[in-house]
Amino acid sequence: MKPTDTRNPEYYHKVVDCQYACPAHTPVPEYIRLIAAEKYTEAYMVNWESNVFPGILGRTCDRPCEPACRRVRVEEEPVAICRLKRVAADQKGEVKQLMPQAPFPPNGKKIALIGGGPASLTVARDLAPLGYEVHLFDEQIAGGGMMRSQIPSFRLPETVLNEEVDYILDLGIHTQFLTYVKSLRDLVSKDYDAVFVGTGAPRGKDLPKLPGRKEGAAHIHIGIEWLASVAFEHTQSISQKVIVLGGGNTAMDCCRTARRLGGKDVKVVVRSPFGEMKASPWEKEDAAHEDVQILDNHVPVSFEVSDGVLTGMKFQKVRAVYDEKGKRQLIPTEEPEVFIEADTVLLAIGQQNSFPWIERDLGLEFDEWDMPVVDRTTFQSTLPTVFFGGDAAFGPENVITAVAHGHQAAVSIHLFCEGKDLQDRPSPYTNLVSQKMGIHEWSYDSQIAIDQRYIVPQAKKSLTLKDRKQEVELGFDIRTAYKETQRCLNCDAQTVFSEDRCIECDACMDVCPTSCITFTVNEDEEQLRQNLLVPAENTSQDILVSDILKTGRVMVKDEDVCLHCGLCAERCPTSAWDMQKYFYSVTKAYQIPPLPSISK
Amino acid sequence: MSYLKPQFSHPRLPKNKLGYTLKEYEGSLSTLCAGCGHDSISAAIVRACYELDIEPHLVAKISGIGCSSKTPTYFLGNSHGFNSVHGRMPSVATGANMANKDLVYFGVSGDGDSASIGMGQLVHVIRRNLNMVYVVMNNGCYGLTKGQDSATADLGSKNKSGAINPFQAIDLASLAIELGASFVGQSFSGDKQQLIPLLKAAIRHQGFAFLNVISPCVTFNNNPGSTKSYDYVREHIEATSAKDLVPMKNEISVDYEAGTSTPVAMHDDSEIQLNKLARDWDPEDRLSAVNALQKARMEEEILTGLLYVNSDWKDLHRTLNTAKTPLNQLKEEDLNPGTKVLDQINESFR
Repeated sequence: MKPTDTRNPEYYHKVVDCQYACPAHTPVPEYIRLIAAEKYTEAYMVNWESNVFPGILGRTCDRPCEPACRRVRVEEEPVAICRLKRVAADQKGEVKQLMPQAPFPPNGKKIALIGGGPASLTVARDLAPLGYEVHLFDEQIAGGGMMRSQIPSFRLPETVLNEEVDYILDLGIHTQFLTYVKSLRDLVSKDYDAVFVGTGAPRGKDLPKLPGRKEGAAHIHIGIEWLASVAFEHTQSISQKVIVLGGGNTAMDCCRTARRLGGKDVKVVVRSPFGEMKASPWEKEDAAHEDVQILDNHVPVSFEVSDGVLTGMKFQKVRAVYDEKGKRQLIPTEEPEVFIEADTVLLAIGQQNSFPWIERDLGLEFDEWDMPVVDRTTFQSTLPTVFFGGDAAFGPENVITAVAHGHQAAVSIHLFCEGKDLQDRPSPYTNLVSQKMGIHEWSYDSQIAIDQRYIVPQAKKSLTLKDRKQEVELGFDIRTAYKETQRCLNCDAQTVFSEDRCIECDACMDVCPTSCITFTVNEDEEQLRQNLLVPAENTSQDILVSDILKTGRVMVKDEDVCLHCGLCAERCPTSAWDMQKYFYSVTKAYQIPPLPSISK
Repeated sequence: MSYLKPQFSHPRLPKNKLGYTLKEYEGSLSTLCAGCGHDSISAAIVRACYELDIEPHLVAKISGIGCSSKTPTYFLGNSHGFNSVHGRMPSVATGANMANKDLVYFGVSGDGDSASIGMGQLVHVIRRNLNMVYVVMNNGCYGLTKGQDSATADLGSKNKSGAINPFQAIDLASLAIELGASFVGQSFSGDKQQLIPLLKAAIRHQGFAFLNVISPCVTFNNNPGSTKSYDYVREHIEATSAKDLVPMKNEISVDYEAGTSTPVAMHDDSEIQLNKLARDWDPEDRLSAVNALQKARMEEEILTGLLYVNSDWKDLHRTLNTAKTPLNQLKEEDLNPGTKVLDQINESFR
């Protein structure tokens, strides 16, 4: 195998599993260390720079980082990354002074953002400090998009949402709320240099053909619309027996909201098996905790209506069968249809994009699924001045993905307005610095804590079910947060190997607690992986291979379960191993100092 | 500095026949200098015991004083240990072995502990053929007192301060063969491929197994001009053979070319498979072993591998014809069988 090219910025990036898995690539270990050091403000700013909504995401993120956490591979439970982020937001000091300060010298360019959700707000934050005149249009009364209309207040208090939306709007954004953009043609014909579409996936799926749908219409609601009408206080109550159809996080929000508005007997009914539901495991747990029953393997057959009043629904029971490719089929069982009583049904079976306001003769191409054709890298549509991001670009995802899109779209818009090549993307900002403080001493806490994951305390159920706005999760207190931070393995403290210094004393190989390091004869990758002290069977993780050493062998390190404890470097007599902190930041259109600005 | 090893291990760490992983054979985190050869030897002992499926509680590690003698803390943390007086490890090992012959005995010593202060003890334990593995972690200097030349430093070797050693070295391997050790090997801490099978064979050997392992002192004797540095040893090493220990004659793990492999039977029915054997050398012939060592010395080579083995000589217990049951397990009624038996014995002398 050829020696690993660690100069490729993605090599060490991939070792930091959480950061690599995060769509916005937030430097997780960096802010966790700051939290441990009680530098909450700094920890918040590391987050804000990267993911724009630390307080919101610290409560509501889908957490793609957590299943990726190395801790899962050496222990069981990941570090509570998401909830630590919330600690930074809860405990922070004065952060506004550390953010870019409006007004900014104008650069003469004007852009329009359609939709006021996370994607548009990210674009606004990245472009406003560069002098762009940013106009934001949204049909709602305030910014935040689905974070406002769909995420219930018991998960995300309005104060937190308002605070973080305002940090951006205060950068001098021209907002036009309660304004539904009816025609893209009108907007494009105005003198905007670029238009960004961040309108999300605003249409909830329906079951128009299911018998009884029309007859029972008065008591059947689309989940996201119902959640929005609760959020904007048009809906204050619900009947006692509620069925929620669907198995995603929207279904969980619906059933839990229903419990708070008067629903006594609330059931979530889902087609797929329990384990395959799209909802995050913790959301399912929270729903169950609030006495919501989840019935899996039930396919809806009909709405049952008698005398114009909805009485319930019928379901066919199914079981999941998988073919050799792992593709699932739901096969009806022999059992008779099941009738479940209900006087209200909420449909949370998915969301769709909807662009009735985009004229199809603008030169903006749509594909066979009626989705705009958008470049995956630049987020540019086939109409060069129009860019897409968030759920509007490639269908429903989540907040953190929308933020990641926003950053890239902002880079594209900036390059576009400067007349530069959009495909020539700026490299990420990277930095690799030794953490050596002296002999056997590191500037990071290299000790490995064996603590199990700590549980976030919750408010009493008797309290939360009474008040829709009472936040359920209370967040870690400072002491517990500190203990949780110590579970982080500091995967960004990279084990950097210099073959020219190695004297092959085997000390690193002998001391490594997880047997990651082997000195052996070079082979092709497949063979080499087998020849290690413990074969490197997790091929999703790279192996670090050195150049040929003096004895003709190579050093091979399996990155899979490395604890980043620094013992290899501590036991190395020649500093051939060094622990070096790797900082990786996705380059934004506007780099918040101290990061150097975009250069090409 | 880390004083504790992280408690996590590789989730797919293999297990031996006893269901133990390597972890169960490890000791505390070493406090020796980073890169010390002794740590590699410790790791090799850990692996040898793991691979031979030895139950850790059936091992005793006994040492004297010195860097090398500290190492028993860093391996086999679940075994018995005795850190004795400087150079007096052989006495303690003899006593322990006499009391309980069922354990595997590791005597761990250094060049100072064995070739200077403990020389008197070493020569006698050799000639008694005590059943133990005697490992000398030989770095040619007194590392614990800042690197003065030891008695095994080669003539003309330069130490870290630049001084040239004016004295002849004691060649411990030759000495052991001369005094009648029944198993003599020499190896290098930086060559686990060789050291692990050699240790395994030494453990299986019934009798005194002497291993002189060159183990560079990274702090005081790894400089240019030293004959015990990593670089020098790697350049001058000459192996007698590649070897595998084949327990009980039934598992042959590596196939070498036909005709290049020589089996050597061990007392417990296992055998050492010696491959790519050096010419003009017979591991069961004392004379050829001594010749090979002398020749290597003349050519400034370090001869490593199994140098000499004799499975026929009786170990101390057999020589003394001790009881089959270890002494520590003999009950009062065994030791004091009563007047009747005494009378019988007295009668036999009449």
